[in-house]
Amino acid sequence: MSKPTMTLEVLRYRPEQDQAPRFQTYEVAYREDWVVLDAINHIKDQIDGTLSYRWSCRMGVCGSCGMMINGVPKLSCATFLKDYWPAPVRIEPLANFPIERDLVIVLDDFMEKLTSVKPWIIREEEKPLSEGEYRQSPAELARYKQFSMCINCMLCYAACPVYAMDPHFLGPAATALAQRYNMDSRDQGRRQREEVFASHVGIWDCTYVGECTVVCPANVDPAGAIQQAKLSSTLDWFKGVLMPWGER
Amino acid sequence: MAKSKSNPKGRSSEPFWWFLFGAGGTIAAFLVPFHILLTGIAAPAGWVGESFEYNQVLALVSHPVTRLYLFALISLPLFHWAHRFRFTLIDLGLKGGRRAVAIACYGSAIVGAILTAVVLLKL
Amino acid sequence: MRPYRRPVAPTWWLSNRAYFLFIVRELTSVFIAAYLVLFLLLLHNIAVGREAYEAYLRFLATPGLLVFHVLALAAALFHTVTWFNLLPNIMVVRYGENRAPAIIIAGVNYVAWIAVSIFIAWIVLSR
Repeated sequence: MSKPTMTLEVLRYRPEQDQAPRFQTYEVAYREDWVVLDAINHIKDQIDGTLSYRWSCRMGVCGSCGMMINGVPKLSCATFLKDYWPAPVRIEPLANFPIERDLVIVLDDFMEKLTSVKPWIIREEEKPLSEGEYRQSPAELARYKQFSMCINCMLCYAACPVYAMDPHFLGPAATALAQRYNMDSRDQGRRQREEVFASHVGIWDCTYVGECTVVCPANVDPAGAIQQAKLSSTLDWFKGVLMPWGER
Repeated sequence: MAKSKSNPKGRSSEPFWWFLFGAGGTIAAFLVPFHILLTGIAAPAGWVGESFEYNQVLALVSHPVTRLYLFALISLPLFHWAHRFRFTLIDLGLKGGRRAVAIACYGSAIVGAILTAVVLLKL
Repeated sequence: MRPYRRPVAPTWWLSNRAYFLFIVRELTSVFIAAYLVLFLLLLHNIAVGREAYEAYLRFLATPGLLVFHVLALAAALFHTVTWFNLLPNIMVVRYGENRAPAIIIAGVNYVAWIAVSIFIAWIVLSR
């Protein structure tokens, strides 16, 4: 009696020898409790050591192992083989990013965008130590907590057709993280982040497709974050136009 | 748009168009379905004959409050269309000529609003 | 490093149901705008006079125009439903640590929509 197997079709790209990516098929033993990452690790360890990919925590908190699995952006550590078996599984690097090698994407664009929204508490004046800590009520925490759950896995960018057509778009995660700080009662940096929102790499290209929220493994609702950012930016815009004396 | 020390390049006008998109979309969501049923289906089919007799409708639409209502009903959703259509073209692959498309879309909405005002003033 | 950029086809929206329904949703605005143009023409013909108005009503009763209006009604209803269903994500109503459930926010809009439609019916039809 032969043991059940699982077929994985993996997109390979080795720049030193390939002109373009092509699929390579692997057969691995099917284990009911395995996730896609387990199968890929097995390939790397036992079948083909040349396969390159990112992974770390293998439990859905680090955001490293994002891949396209049958065309859908998922964390490979959170995607069970048994949901696909016995049909073959197609594994490709995260969509909408350039491929560096095999399943490894170039994520410089996201890193630049993340830095550009200044994802840290910005104060106009720091409180002196003698005044004690910044206090925040549960209600104030609730305003931004959902957006703080982002693990930077970039599945949302892979799901976003706007980002696919125009890499200038700021994108879901960067906007959600900007909103995480904009809505934090300790932060005073909304005006600085507004420049990025309004620029040609800003948020206004978003047409609320909503797929970013659907694929997010951390329930961040980046689509909601972007629309809320549009709303607050619009209110700021009207305030700035109707009451310009507030500008510094 | 206003420039300032924190925004030296001046303010983008995108929020303004998005606001019109939102206002027009809200008006369209609340009012357009029933209006389509009324003037596009029920009235031509003769289901509401008496209410759509010429003198009745003329009296109704020439009232100043009705005219304000009709102006909002028609012009704001036109701006909703303009913004949405502009971005749909971009989503469907438009790369070059984006500025021209934006001007064409918002320009059409502005022309539509002006024509609406002209018609309503004649009533 | 020689990164490979995968091309994105303009037919991306045909590849899954969510993307397809998104494009359908966006195109409802075309139907709504087209209807409003026809409605504006109706108002124009009212301003011109009785004969023009009645001729226009007969034009609206032709099969092509009736089919258009049925499609436009479907499009407008799809716009209304998707608009109200997305609203709770944009306008978040908070009380303390809690958030008003989405179904309440959407529900209030649906009820208001029915009420407004009844009101319009009353204004137009009770003559």
